[in-house]
Amino acid sequence: MRVLRNPGMWLALLLTAAVGVWPFFTKSATTREVIFTILLFVSLATSLNIFLGYTGYVSFGHIVWYGLGGYVGFYFMDVYQTPLYLCVLAGGLTSGIIAFLLGKAILRLRGAYFALATIGVNEAARAFINNFEPFGGPIGMTLNFSIYKSYGGATQALWITYGSLLGLTLLVILVSFLVKSSKFGLGLTAIRENEDAAEVMGVVAPDAKTWAYVLSAIFPGMVAVLFFFKNGTILPHDAFRLHLSIEMIVMVMLGGYGTLLGPIIGAAGYQRLRGLLLVTPFFKNIQLAVAGVFLLVIILFVPAGVIGWLRDRFPQLRRVLI
Amino acid sequence: MILQVERVSKQFGGLQALSNVSLELPEGEILGLIGPNGAGKTTLFNVINGIYPPSEGKITFMGKNITASKPYRVAKMGLARTHQIVQPLNELTVRENVMVGACFGQEDHGLAEASVIAKETLEFVELEDKAEFLAGSLNVAQKKRLELARALASQPTLLLLDEVLAGLNPSEIALMVKTVGSIREQGVTIIMIEHVMHAVMNVSDRILVLDYGVQIAEGTPEDVSQNKAVIEAYLGDPELAEKLAQNRS
Repeated sequence: MRVLRNPGMWLALLLTAAVGVWPFFTKSATTREVIFTILLFVSLATSLNIFLGYTGYVSFGHIVWYGLGGYVGFYFMDVYQTPLYLCVLAGGLTSGIIAFLLGKAILRLRGAYFALATIGVNEAARAFINNFEPFGGPIGMTLNFSIYKSYGGATQALWITYGSLLGLTLLVILVSFLVKSSKFGLGLTAIRENEDAAEVMGVVAPDAKTWAYVLSAIFPGMVAVLFFFKNGTILPHDAFRLHLSIEMIVMVMLGGYGTLLGPIIGAAGYQRLRGLLLVTPFFKNIQLAVAGVFLLVIILFVPAGVIGWLRDRFPQLRRVLI
Repeated sequence: MILQVERVSKQFGGLQALSNVSLELPEGEILGLIGPNGAGKTTLFNVINGIYPPSEGKITFMGKNITASKPYRVAKMGLARTHQIVQPLNELTVRENVMVGACFGQEDHGLAEASVIAKETLEFVELEDKAEFLAGSLNVAQKKRLELARALASQPTLLLLDEVLAGLNPSEIALMVKTVGSIREQGVTIIMIEHVMHAVMNVSDRILVLDYGVQIAEGTPEDVSQNKAVIEAYLGDPELAEKLAQNRS
């Protein structure tokens, strides 16, 4: 496999793995929790990038896939005591299937019309879950604490969750790279640059867009199950945080859309920044406003994001900064 | 017959862009499509390759009915085109642009083969030294050649060329005409829309003239250039013109 010799892919994977294994050495629960959050956002931003970055379509409701997957996985865990890995698969599968059906319907829309449609989807999903009794309606679901026993106790369960998230994050990055360097990815980029021209050249745009959408929906559904397993409870407003959809876009744009390394840097950078803002008295209530200003500044001055900017400034780094 | 267009009409609201246009194209021929601005030439291309469906009529390509088929279906059957207003994929390199053509066209190549084809095609259109540049950085003449390379890389059976010579200087035109000649030698059937008369008259086997969406003449370049209706469409009523000229002297 020639593509596996790409230095950019190894840089992205090793960087993430290096940060990710750190808590295993320090054995510190605090470090683990900090890096858990970072990995969660790296995986969300990277999966959003498969759609937003490669096809150029903006999805304002991507957190729906996180919420739906999380709920379905949690349900199986809570009601049937299904093993964690199966719940994770069920979460991803649910998000993927629903994204496929939705994509078939709304991916015929282009540009701003598609973006508008995705906003509605988020609200609709939350309203549905709020009124769906099997999922606990507005009060959500809470795991019976005894469930952690089968994972060797709560502490052990937290480490298992963390390790699984690290594995999943690396998998998302690998999938993102494989898409980017494949013929499928070339078709997606052609759609991003000029959908009409791409279709004239034979790119089956409706299919390609739908599959990109499905791929980018599967992983949020999987990581959400891990998050809510660790959390122990799931609530509608926790699972469908609309502002997270926007923050995911900020992370992708900050790092550089359409690049492999961009969403990783963007998610980690944004997450660290948010952590700092939350402990600063002046900013702690307006940290979302800071995200808004950030997005504005990026789009105005560095639309290509950190990685895009570096690629432009230092062409000799292009092989590594993909 | 490679392509049969039967009594095709297209309306945009109240505008009759094409009315009852028919043509037959045997394999290996170059058909020139000429007419004044707004005559419906590009519309005819758009209807043939599926950008929009015709209001009436039928289009058959290689014996299959492609009326109102999507552009990507038609492309996969071996029909490629260039655009009058160039449509490069700006953020991709020139080589990647051509690879898109090779990957998703008739042959459905993988990336490795597409890369080889892209290299050959870029050499053919003499753009190989720009292969690693971003498509957005090319000038107009180079973008026209890129359009052509992308279309050729799909190894088409039928090629629709929409004003590949427009905006080029005389030496660039000579180069492009030579290129079109060599494409035909590879056995590709071509329809070309062109305003540069000496070029289209030299290259084409047959000429079809459109005016206000109506097919006003068809025949060899010699016949068409003598045709009264054609002269009228381009220059106005020849007798009137002659009278005016006489009155002046």
